[in-house]
Amino acid sequence: MTIEELEQIATSVRQEHEKYDYEVNVCMDLACASQGADRLREALVKEAEASGKKVLVRRTGCMGPCSSGPLVRVDPAETLYRHVHSDHAESIVASLGGEPVAELQCDLSDHFDKQVRVVLENAGYIDPEKIDDYIGRDGYKALLTALTEMTPNGVIHRITESGLRGRGGGGYPTGLKWGTVSKAGGDMKYVVCNGDEGDPGAFMDRSVMEGDPHRVIEGMAIAAYAVGASKGFIYVRAEYPVAVSRLTTALREARRRGLLGNNICGTTFNFDMEIRLGAGAFVCGEETALIASIEGRRGTPKPRPPYPAVSGLWGKPTLINNVETYANVAPIMRNGGKWFFNMGSERSKGTKVFALTGKITNTGLVEVPMGIKLWEIIDVIGGGVPDGHKLKAVQTGGPSGGCIPADMLDLGVSYDALMAAGSIMGSGGMIVMDDTSCMVNVARFFVEFCMTESCGKCIPCRAGTAQMYTLLSRFCDGSGTMEELELLEELCGTIKDTSLCGLGMTAPNPVLSTLKYFRNEYIEHIVHKRCPAGVCNIKAPVEVLA
Amino acid sequence: MSAFTLPPLPSDDKRWKIVNGTMRKNGYARHALIETLHTVQSSFGYLDDDAIRFVARSLRVPLSQAYGVVTFYHYFSLKPPGKHTMTICAGTACYIKGTDKLVAAAQEHLGICMGQTTRDGNISLMTARCVGACSRAPVVLSDGEVAGEVTSDQLLAQLERWAVE
Repeated sequence: MTIEELEQIATSVRQEHEKYDYEVNVCMDLACASQGADRLREALVKEAEASGKKVLVRRTGCMGPCSSGPLVRVDPAETLYRHVHSDHAESIVASLGGEPVAELQCDLSDHFDKQVRVVLENAGYIDPEKIDDYIGRDGYKALLTALTEMTPNGVIHRITESGLRGRGGGGYPTGLKWGTVSKAGGDMKYVVCNGDEGDPGAFMDRSVMEGDPHRVIEGMAIAAYAVGASKGFIYVRAEYPVAVSRLTTALREARRRGLLGNNICGTTFNFDMEIRLGAGAFVCGEETALIASIEGRRGTPKPRPPYPAVSGLWGKPTLINNVETYANVAPIMRNGGKWFFNMGSERSKGTKVFALTGKITNTGLVEVPMGIKLWEIIDVIGGGVPDGHKLKAVQTGGPSGGCIPADMLDLGVSYDALMAAGSIMGSGGMIVMDDTSCMVNVARFFVEFCMTESCGKCIPCRAGTAQMYTLLSRFCDGSGTMEELELLEELCGTIKDTSLCGLGMTAPNPVLSTLKYFRNEYIEHIVHKRCPAGVCNIKAPVEVLA
Repeated sequence: MSAFTLPPLPSDDKRWKIVNGTMRKNGYARHALIETLHTVQSSFGYLDDDAIRFVARSLRVPLSQAYGVVTFYHYFSLKPPGKHTMTICAGTACYIKGTDKLVAAAQEHLGICMGQTTRDGNISLMTARCVGACSRAPVVLSDGEVAGEVTSDQLLAQLERWAVE
């Protein structure tokens, strides 16, 4: 496949689409699919055929505002319909060329206006199982341009210049990582995509892999060219069967088009990749554990250094990036490093995709420029807390992150600001909690998760998370003491300082951040034996003597 | 060094051929252990001793390592699942939206704990670590089919339907 051939395909795809007067896009992501988007699409196809109108009914990836699903967008008018069911197919098709269906139409401009779509630019516009749809939207152009017009170092330079940082949560500069792998010696190197998305309450990577799989493949191929790798692995959670199937189809299509394989685009560059299934272990998000798992072993981490960039899969230099990081590569290559650098805040560039969930009106997937204030995400994009409840905290970073209290919503979203506030950027889970959530119970929930997910290799994490859990459980049932609270704080410090890998080192974060901002709730449980949110079952209410 | 001979298939059950296929595709390489165990679980529904022994011997992996891998990963199960499986998502968004009530209702109704199967082998109760449908929390999977914003009443109604089948 040459650039000319690629452009020919893109042109013919556009010409093909021009044959239609209307495009009816149906969101088929999990949230919409679980509400009958499949039947809806079939009904739309049937109605469209019967109507004699020139209508293209397309299945797409996640459009974003899941709480309004199932969603349908009719182009070119860009009319968005919410809560659409198969019974509505007839009226939607009948309305084409006339007035939109008023009862289904929704105005989510507040939700969309503050968003900037880079990673999700194709979400809602392409059929994830059609490579030509992706090519029609400039797909694989960045790869072929890099292969024919740029040196590997030129690619690394552009990524460095963009200021892109790892989207898995750590925020390590991507260009720097690529540079290290590129400089590492040896004739065999690997690129790995971390699609293990272990944070319970986050689904950004799932949506990207399911909705725009070629974007991930293209990003990995460009990375492989830059660092000198010829083999790749995508490590995907087994809990995401649709992502696995979409990626399998995408890989087959890319090979068929000559975009993977030997001598890609007539150059000497050879690259192909395989999918590896995770098997349900949060720790496998840690890169050395992930490597162990790809090698078919228990996913236990190893001390670093040596870093995988020097000695990774089977001892070879290995580049590991997250799904969203790779998804940013193609647009940076197409639009230039400076374009990306100019988005975002001082030390956090570009955009970030968040899975906005919990007690919020508009749940779903959002992509915002770095630096955006938290209140803009919660109040404007998210539409605020429903049912007259009061916002209490916003949780980011999952079990490794923390809770940011309602009075700190003026915080700008960036790696550094979130860390300074006692949380982390994380991979993109953002869970909104209202006054019905007990922060001691929330801390216990996360600690329980880390306790069950601890791989058991190092003692601070294995025993420490269990001790934290016991203490937090005592607070929750009203039997804890103030001395135990002191002990818990000391324990948090020990676990943070002495654990082997990120799982243990960050496991105390939910406890520390709730202690920092919601200490009074702990005191209420311990001293007054009451749970202010009414969540915890305080066993035996003790009469407080005056 | 003597040539390695592959162990015979544990039985003439055709599913073993599928398992063998995965190993063959990977050249019987040791790193195919997890891939192969996935195939066993998807073919048989769980991993029993015979399966673990067969895979370990075929891939020349010590039994301790094979068993270690099986028990390390949550996705692998050593017990056969019930005829129906109800999986309640235990992710954070689901927890915030009140999964605990669903868990309590299901456990009380069936008289078993999460992770167990009813004595008649009809229904298994499981938790998932997050299926990624967080925007519709709380989420329940009935025999793999995802349903969002599930109430205790809906969940009990499903259990009732399975019970009278």
